[in-house]
Amino acid sequence: MGLTGQTSKEGQRKAAMAVLAHASAAEIAGHLADIVLPAHENLREPENGLVMLRGRIGGDGAPFNLGEATVSRAAVRLASGEIGFGYTLGRDAQKARMIALCDAMVQSADFSGEVEAKVIAPLRAGLHAERNRKAAETAATRVDFYTMVRGEG
Amino acid sequence: MTTFAELPPGFADKVLSAQSTFRSVMDAMARPGSVQCVTANAGVPSGLMRGSAAIALTLFDHDTPIWLDAAMSETTDVARWLKFHTSAPVIADSSIASFALIGDAGSLPALDCFAFGSNEYPDRSTTLILQVDSLTRGPAFELKGPGIDGTALLQAMIRPRDLFERLAINETLFPRGIDIVLVHDDAIVAIPRTTRLVASGV
Repeated sequence: MGLTGQTSKEGQRKAAMAVLAHASAAEIAGHLADIVLPAHENLREPENGLVMLRGRIGGDGAPFNLGEATVSRAAVRLASGEIGFGYTLGRDAQKARMIALCDAMVQSADFSGEVEAKVIAPLRAGLHAERNRKAAETAATRVDFYTMVRGEG
Repeated sequence: MTTFAELPPGFADKVLSAQSTFRSVMDAMARPGSVQCVTANAGVPSGLMRGSAAIALTLFDHDTPIWLDAAMSETTDVARWLKFHTSAPVIADSSIASFALIGDAGSLPALDCFAFGSNEYPDRSTTLILQVDSLTRGPAFELKGPGIDGTALLQAMIRPRDLFERLAINETLFPRGIDIVLVHDDAIVAIPRTTRLVASGV
């Protein structure tokens, strides 16, 4: 695979992760039910753990440990050899497993089109709609202040 | 990521499998010379036996440096599998390893290549996991020591043949010393540092 091919694949995986991580487990499961899943096995059973979140004040201060967050992770391998990894905040083991499965399918030549069209795209549309709705809701409460011109300069 | 394509999976049920394997190892250590069975099922990379794979998944973690013998490090299969599932560092210096996985026990290096621990911390020694040809037939070894009522009889095909003579150093080193777990397929036998050989026959 050429460098550009690899980069675009990586970009596609990143974009899929960004959507899947924000979607709820029930939504992912609902969309996954629409496609015939390829044979797969759990390479790493879903497990929970902690990651240390680090912060910087103002984005450029000295790094400090903000606190720990619970994450779940899983790794799934398709019968054809592609391996997908799933990490998500929280303790939802099934969500981590489904994300890993989607990640594996995104890498597979046979399934990437289908999973993109039937799972990722609808989830992305839902996510955008929700963000737009919230933005519109917030925008409706906006108050613009302006100053009347007072007399002479 | 085709590099992972052949990687065998870990425990199907992490918690219960690790607990039952831990129990088997603990029983084996508590009753030296007795044959315990590891029931947990896990994927096994080539070169590793089922028992040693289960022990690795149960006892190894990022704090336990692992040393692999020539047979284990022939291919990168074992090292990659250990790295993925246990995140244990595989090191080249056997004298600071927490565990040593020995695939070809015939070429076991001298025991003083491994860590004996210190008098303050005798637990910082290397535990050898030795894969052997059989734990049910072969020459008989009569063992005694804590955990054994009288003497225990172990029949095993153990290489190197002079393993117990080499382990005599445990007597002078105590409380430092080397603990050994013998593995054949899913059977394990522990020879902790307190166990002594009484007699061996054929």
